[in-house]
Amino acid sequence: MNWKSLDDFIAMGGYGFYVWGAYLVTAALITAEILMLRMRRRAVEKARRMQALLSEQVTYETTP
Amino acid sequence: MKLNWFKYASPATFYPLAGKLIPWFALSAAGFTFAGLYLSFFVAPTDFQQGESYRIIFIHVPAAWMSMFIYIVMAGWAAAGLIFNTRLSSMMASALAPTGALFTFIALWTGAFWGKPTWGAWWVWDARLTSELILLFLYLGFLALHAAIDDTRRADRASALLALVGVVNVPIIYFSVKWWNTLHQGASVSMTMAPKMAATMLLGMLIMALACWMYSIAAALARVRCIILEREQQAEWLAKLTKEPA
Repeated sequence: MNWKSLDDFIAMGGYGFYVWGAYLVTAALITAEILMLRMRRRAVEKARRMQALLSEQVTYETTP
Repeated sequence: MKLNWFKYASPATFYPLAGKLIPWFALSAAGFTFAGLYLSFFVAPTDFQQGESYRIIFIHVPAAWMSMFIYIVMAGWAAAGLIFNTRLSSMMASALAPTGALFTFIALWTGAFWGKPTWGAWWVWDARLTSELILLFLYLGFLALHAAIDDTRRADRASALLALVGVVNVPIIYFSVKWWNTLHQGASVSMTMAPKMAATMLLGMLIMALACWMYSIAAALARVRCIILEREQQAEWLAKLTKEPA
């Protein structure tokens, strides 16, 4: 074990700002990518649902 | 047995396969990240020269490796798209680019946060840093060029050429620390020399690299599924999928 306490862990031997600045920004960026992928997925699914609904309507209206 | 290499080159067969694979890659990415971070912070000892600031290595080096490796894979898919005219290959190239750009940015960012306490500067125009910055611009150029052309197949071909020309930059990044006198230190891991760091440090770094691999594959597969849905709106196999959602 490298750390005596939580404060010791956060301080990172005086390099806390640099170590956590690197790690937290990385974590935030990865999380952002995952969220953006989810948003893209939802948007495309919504567009497809709308299109399916529309094409059903068109078949209904053009079938005698 | 005759193996049909092009079976999974069809979006219709690849789409459900990718869907099945994503959870496994995502799960192993999470597992490796957990194990890797534990080793990085609680097992690996303090560096006798750099103190605790060296712990940035556990994301910096894997991210830098990924930034170069994803570029090569992306250019490979782009080339396959040009040569075989397979839609899916070009889609894979487009799916990898944002994740590659992300890792390039992470490598630069964590490098800056490591450079400041060790060199006293956030940024220096040395060969390693400059060529890595050019890699970021290549990724962004690939994405911008693709987005600028309305016809997706033409966009695929144009951006594939850009990706292929840019490959020349990857060996420049890799060998920059040998070819020029750089402030940046030499290669962290070498196949021919004994490791220069403690075994637990090396192990932590390799496990973090594995986590980055698994994450990149999961993210690229998730993105390529979105791209398939966006591009193949009119395809019949997709119409069937809407009725029975996969």
